Amino acid sequence: MSYKIKFKGPESLSGKEFTYCPGCHHGIVHRLVAEIIDELGIREKTLMVAPVGCSVFAYEFFDVDGTVAPHGRAPAVATGMKRAMPENVVFTYQGDGDLAAIGTAEILHAANRGEKITTIFINNAIYGMTGGQMAPTTLLGMKTTTSPYGRSAENEGYPLHMAEILSNLPGVAYLARTKVNKPQDVLKTKKMIKKAFLAQIQGKGFGMVEVLSTCPTNWGIPPVEANKWLEENLVPEFPLGVYVDKVGDEK
Amino acid sequence: MAEKVMVKGTEAIGEAAIRAGCRLYFGYPITPQSELTEYMSRRMPQVDGVFLQAESEVAAVNMLYGAASTGHRVMTSTSSPGYSLMQEGVSYIAGAELPVVFVNVVRGGPGLGDIQPAQSDYFQATKGGGHGDYRLVVYGPESLQEAVELTAKAFDVADKYRNPALILADGMLGQMMEPVEFPDFRDLNTLPDHSSWAMQGAKGREPHKITSFDINEYVLEKMNLRYQEKYKKIIENEQMWEEYKAEDAELVIVAYGTMGRIAKTIVDMARGKGVKAGLFRPITLWPYPYDALAKLADSAKLFFTVEMSMGQMVEDVKLAVNGKKPVEFYGRTGGVVPTPNEVLAKLMELI
Repeated sequence: MSYKIKFKGPESLSGKEFTYCPGCHHGIVHRLVAEIIDELGIREKTLMVAPVGCSVFAYEFFDVDGTVAPHGRAPAVATGMKRAMPENVVFTYQGDGDLAAIGTAEILHAANRGEKITTIFINNAIYGMTGGQMAPTTLLGMKTTTSPYGRSAENEGYPLHMAEILSNLPGVAYLARTKVNKPQDVLKTKKMIKKAFLAQIQGKGFGMVEVLSTCPTNWGIPPVEANKWLEENLVPEFPLGVYVDKVGDEK
Repeated sequence: MAEKVMVKGTEAIGEAAIRAGCRLYFGYPITPQSELTEYMSRRMPQVDGVFLQAESEVAAVNMLYGAASTGHRVMTSTSSPGYSLMQEGVSYIAGAELPVVFVNVVRGGPGLGDIQPAQSDYFQATKGGGHGDYRLVVYGPESLQEAVELTAKAFDVADKYRNPALILADGMLGQMMEPVEFPDFRDLNTLPDHSSWAMQGAKGREPHKITSFDINEYVLEKMNLRYQEKYKKIIENEQMWEEYKAEDAELVIVAYGTMGRIAKTIVDMARGKGVKAGLFRPITLWPYPYDALAKLADSAKLFFTVEMSMGQMVEDVKLAVNGKKPVEFYGRTGGVVPTPNEVLAKLMELI
């Protein structure tokens, strides 16, 4: 009896076992990014920049050249790479602590320069690796280990909306906010990630996909409930959709 | 070699870097080295290079990290407060073993300080600055000609050891003008091949991973021990120093950079007064030429360290002399450059 392989993992994943917690969305998004790299046929010229935080190991999970930037600096590291190797495809993978707190300046200026890089931004409204502290994207009233009484606008300010902020910059060629908690969202997100890469490949400018994600461990709720919580709480605060799309039709 | 041209210090270093094959520069303006950033913005497009003014020194050093990880020759320049901001990246670059050249045109500190020449970043340059066990090869030029030669050397040494190198100049060197003879342009095809480790796309090979990171303490310790083996080789091979009238010196002035240059005048003045003075001028501040300096302790009676700081290199002089002979110190700080006469007066008090 012979078997035919009908379905297999993307070649752009190294096959190394993910180290993420049960129910975390990093694994889904990793796979989508890898599938797009495969489909675009760019694995051998892709350079990736992993962040500090839960996805610090991302450089090992992808079967492409990769490095780890200091906390928040991935867009600057990616800028250096892309300027040195303009023919290569460079992407950063960053969480909300990385991109929206310590690295706000780097992402803002990379986007504003229209840096031809792609950023995958995972927003789960909390710090994961350090154990559930408040993020810039933490919702008002949301309890974390450093906002134990709930985030208050008076003390900590409001959740930061990176997609909206960056979408005002002319250097941005593609920007979308999405989620992956339902199968149809996964398919939509995949198309968005593809466009964020095409924005770079077509030389149009900076591309980013913000993915609203779960952190069941630090939210303190089981994965299925976390998916529901995301739908009911994160989505109303962070509107989904395509904010900028200057990407041409794929050839 | 071309004929001598009159240039400003900061621009001399910039031109030397370009001739050494540097084609990517990321930086941020700060006095007294902004002319270097400006010079690169003019010159880089002329040699098909990349100039990018970063949004901060923090971003600049990380752009450097990214560009260096692709195997290209890259440089940034800054002055003291800017170099403090870069320390995060310096530590990462040292950990990732990337060949990067830094230029710090030191000014008075701490804090915002002023914009006058100083040597008060010696500790930061030679003892760390960023976190972790790491070392940079640190050069302290005394003239623009030497700065040009050391800049070229810094790129070669950085490449050879996959380790960052630092030109530790000061505001005086940055702002002065003097005639310089530039070396020829390096043929880019003769630069070392870094394709065995650089991130250039995993075509037909296993992906390259460049990090300063391992979560396992035993693996990280191994990485650190590997760095130390490299530092040992650098210590063995790369020490540079100059001695001036030191063979028969009873009093050895120890000074580097601009202060080392001024000290030559002081040696001559002292000899005019019948004092057998000499100069030991370290050119590599790390690796520090301890053994060469220690040798002088056999014959000299007294060491006199002079710095444009409140006393930082004097600790290395004491380590070298190791209690065999007294080590005296004189320094001015805050951006004040000592005059030969005032140092001579201090020297005469000592004998």
